[in-house]
Amino acid sequence: MSEGRHTQRGGGWLGVYVIAYLVFLYLPVLLIPLFSFNNSIQAAFPLQGFTLQWYATLFGNSALTGALLNSLVIGVIAATGATLCGITVSYMDLYGRSPLAATISAIARLPILIPGVIVGISLLILINLIGLGPSRIAIVLGHILVALPTTVVIMRSRFAAIPKTIREAALDLGASDWTTFRRVMLPLSLPAIVSAFMLAFLISFDEFIVVFFLAGTEPTLPLYIWSQLRFPRSLPTVMALGTTILAVSFVIAAAAEILRHRGLSAPAPADPSQPKQTKRGELQWHST
Amino acid sequence: MSAIVATSAPEARSSSGFRVAMLLPGALVTLLLILFALGLVFFLAFRTNDGSLLGAGFTVANFVTVVSDPLYWTVTLRSLIIAALVTLATVVTAYPVAYYLAFHAGRRRGLLLFLVTLPFWTSYLLRVFAWKIVLAYNGVLNSALIESGIWSEPTLAFLNTPAAVVVTLAHAYAPFAILPIYVALDTIPKSLIEAASDLGARPFTSFRRVVLPNSMPGVLAAALVVFVPTVGDYVTPALVGGPASTMIGTLIQAQFGKANDWPFGAALSVAVMLVILCVVLVARFADRRFGSRT
Repeated sequence: MSEGRHTQRGGGWLGVYVIAYLVFLYLPVLLIPLFSFNNSIQAAFPLQGFTLQWYATLFGNSALTGALLNSLVIGVIAATGATLCGITVSYMDLYGRSPLAATISAIARLPILIPGVIVGISLLILINLIGLGPSRIAIVLGHILVALPTTVVIMRSRFAAIPKTIREAALDLGASDWTTFRRVMLPLSLPAIVSAFMLAFLISFDEFIVVFFLAGTEPTLPLYIWSQLRFPRSLPTVMALGTTILAVSFVIAAAAEILRHRGLSAPAPADPSQPKQTKRGELQWHST
Repeated sequence: MSAIVATSAPEARSSSGFRVAMLLPGALVTLLLILFALGLVFFLAFRTNDGSLLGAGFTVANFVTVVSDPLYWTVTLRSLIIAALVTLATVVTAYPVAYYLAFHAGRRRGLLLFLVTLPFWTSYLLRVFAWKIVLAYNGVLNSALIESGIWSEPTLAFLNTPAAVVVTLAHAYAPFAILPIYVALDTIPKSLIEAASDLGARPFTSFRRVVLPNSMPGVLAAALVVFVPTVGDYVTPALVGGPASTMIGTLIQAQFGKANDWPFGAALSVAVMLVILCVVLVARFADRRFGSRT
């Protein structure tokens, strides 16, 4: 490798900077697990004694259990919807060869250019208009919208990375569109589908800004946390809960990351404003 | 070979049932949930608040208020400044990380990429809450400064300031900025940089004249992805901002909550979307300009 002197110079200092940056990224987040074991209601140094009492308060809390269950159910349904839409929208965008499919794909990635508060109120008006009102179904719809750009981009880059000739061979051998899609394209993109589903679930599970407008009497976990943040006495419990969520999120995110990279030579873009991938998996210039 | 593929025309066999079934879910979601819902906001913005869901009559009074009342100018301008500062801080601090990932990371690249994107997948609410712990009067920063003897009294100067909002948002959106810049840097052919140094460019010159311009599309994408959610945020100002950092998202949320004036809230939302549209258009224009160089 002759990367030249240019790319070697300053690498040491840059490395130090990157470590400092990672400390900045992780230090505030890691305070939550740290104080969740602290035997004091104040989140301040010096630390008092070690305790698990805040975790104990998590059990038998029916409001919390209800919110957790709500979040899980909504997350699974919303992630299923968003992944289904992500698969079909990106498949038709790449192979449908119709202006309608391309337009749908472009609009599906639009929510990333709309602040959450506006996504929230626009859905609030819509669900009231159709007589649904704030409800779990409304939250599911909201979370499908919020997760849609992510699932579309993940599925698009995966479908684009599958050589075109594989699909053409299936069609030439007499397979119908359905068979080609079901027996060839879906199995080939399975890791991306699972990854899109998991990321959509995480997005739904953590989403607060949109859900704030759409929730009726059944709060999701972030709404429950929001309601608890007002009471100083419940902050240690929030931190114990937060630590548990962090741990689970880390595991899901790691699994999704591993699946997303399986079979992809280059890292896939995580949002629509990034360059597309060519069919060989190379990254292209961002120019739309 | 390509002629055979072209004449056998796979799409000639495309059953219309397949096309309809595949287009339907996406069409429903995008047309109804996105376009129709946004259309409703636009419609509502031109209605009078009479307590009914969609208001009454046609009026531009909401927009007159938005434009004429100095409160909305102040808050909009503050939101734009805070969002711009967050974007600037995020992009400037993220660029060296992306640069390291693209040119120096070597085998550690995959792990580092994972590490910088991981915080994005943890709860946004909890990350904002973490900064509240850091900045509070009884918080980590104050207690650490006093423990170490640098300060003798805790200070109120950290929490409930616009600066707290900027730091918290810059932290929350950092992973958004690194990825697009990294992708742009990674696509720059190494031969281009070698050519510059062969032609006698010093490292800094080749960075300024070759690497930086070629990475601008990624920088612009990063700026947009940070700016848009930041400008409408209402959670961070509420948790760490205090009254001096009310942002436009807070006002919109209040119109749909306490104030119960949906048409006016819709007008504020339309105004925010117009501002974002302008920013997107400027970014596109800049993108074309830089794009044509490559």
